[in-house]
Amino acid sequence: MKDKKRTKIALLKAWKSFSGILPEILSVMMFAGITLAILSPDIISKLIGSNSGFFGVVLSLTAGSITMIPGFVAFPLGATLLDAGAGYAQIAAFVSSLMAVGVVTLPLEIKYFSKRMAILRNASALVISLVFTMVIWKLM
Amino acid sequence: MNTDINADSMNTGLENPNMKSIRSSMNSGRLTARSENRSIKTRAFAVVKKFRFVIVFAFVIIALYFTDKTEGIKAFNISLSNMKEMLGLIPPIFVLMGLLDAWVPKETFIRYMGEASGLKGVLTALFLGSAAAGPLYIAFPIAMLLIKKKAKLAYVLFFLGVWSTAKLPLLLYEISYMGARFTAIRIAVCVPLFLLFSLIIEKTFSAEEKESLGRKAESEFS
Repeated sequence: MKDKKRTKIALLKAWKSFSGILPEILSVMMFAGITLAILSPDIISKLIGSNSGFFGVVLSLTAGSITMIPGFVAFPLGATLLDAGAGYAQIAAFVSSLMAVGVVTLPLEIKYFSKRMAILRNASALVISLVFTMVIWKLM
Repeated sequence: MNTDINADSMNTGLENPNMKSIRSSMNSGRLTARSENRSIKTRAFAVVKKFRFVIVFAFVIIALYFTDKTEGIKAFNISLSNMKEMLGLIPPIFVLMGLLDAWVPKETFIRYMGEASGLKGVLTALFLGSAAAGPLYIAFPIAMLLIKKKAKLAYVLFFLGVWSTAKLPLLLYEISYMGARFTAIRIAVCVPLFLLFSLIIEKTFSAEEKESLGRKAESEFS
């Protein structure tokens, strides 16, 4: 009987965590929807071609940090962009910052942890993405 | 920020909200129709405040629709599919976490990821992070649970880093699209760097800051 109660409390806690974070989640999703509708993939691909150089890398890092695309869409998109003439370094910058840096989810992250931890984590992820991009630039 | 509202939502599962408002006004010793009326009003206001960004963005999407029909519809569809994805992912994760929290003792977490866990902590973070599926924001509450269970902050940060860049299911997918070389370089460069930065970031945190983070984690799951 005690175990049953424990599980019930666990589920109640789960509901509490969920309903507490729901407004943030909904607004983050809507913001992502609005941004992606305005910034279409072909605009992105125009800006980060293989000739775009360091400017293209910075742009890719920015785009990757801001947009929220699931990995299962990002890699096919990256491959398509490569075929369409985008550079490896730019795609590397885009893909890695997309996964690790989240400007849009920053408010959510701050709410969970603290402003300092959220900003430090994202800043370090951005630096790591840049290092990876440089390595790819040299090697591929 | 939302602590008072959180407390509310926890209770609504136990008793109906009307009962609760009566009880709370009884507690405060003012059982008049007016005060109850006011409490409903303040509660409605709290809900609006809680969802203010949702309301603002809904208006932005509507405005977008009237300036450019296709873009408005696109924004709506992308938002909707994002939300569907999230709402599918989050409840099971939260339920799993609630159960983990209730059933796995703190000592187990300390043994595997605590201050003194050393290499075991690094490997546990690596394992937990790479076994994951889903976007990074799903990992935030899990990281908070780890903090609550006294995992070392650097390992929690490393767990987040691994989750973001080296999820196994996604790696196989990445190899098929970007090539094994690209993926191998990414893992070889990013994973060690994430570990390094996690240790550095933890160093910048004072004992006090870590403690306040621990308290926050505690209240998140209480």
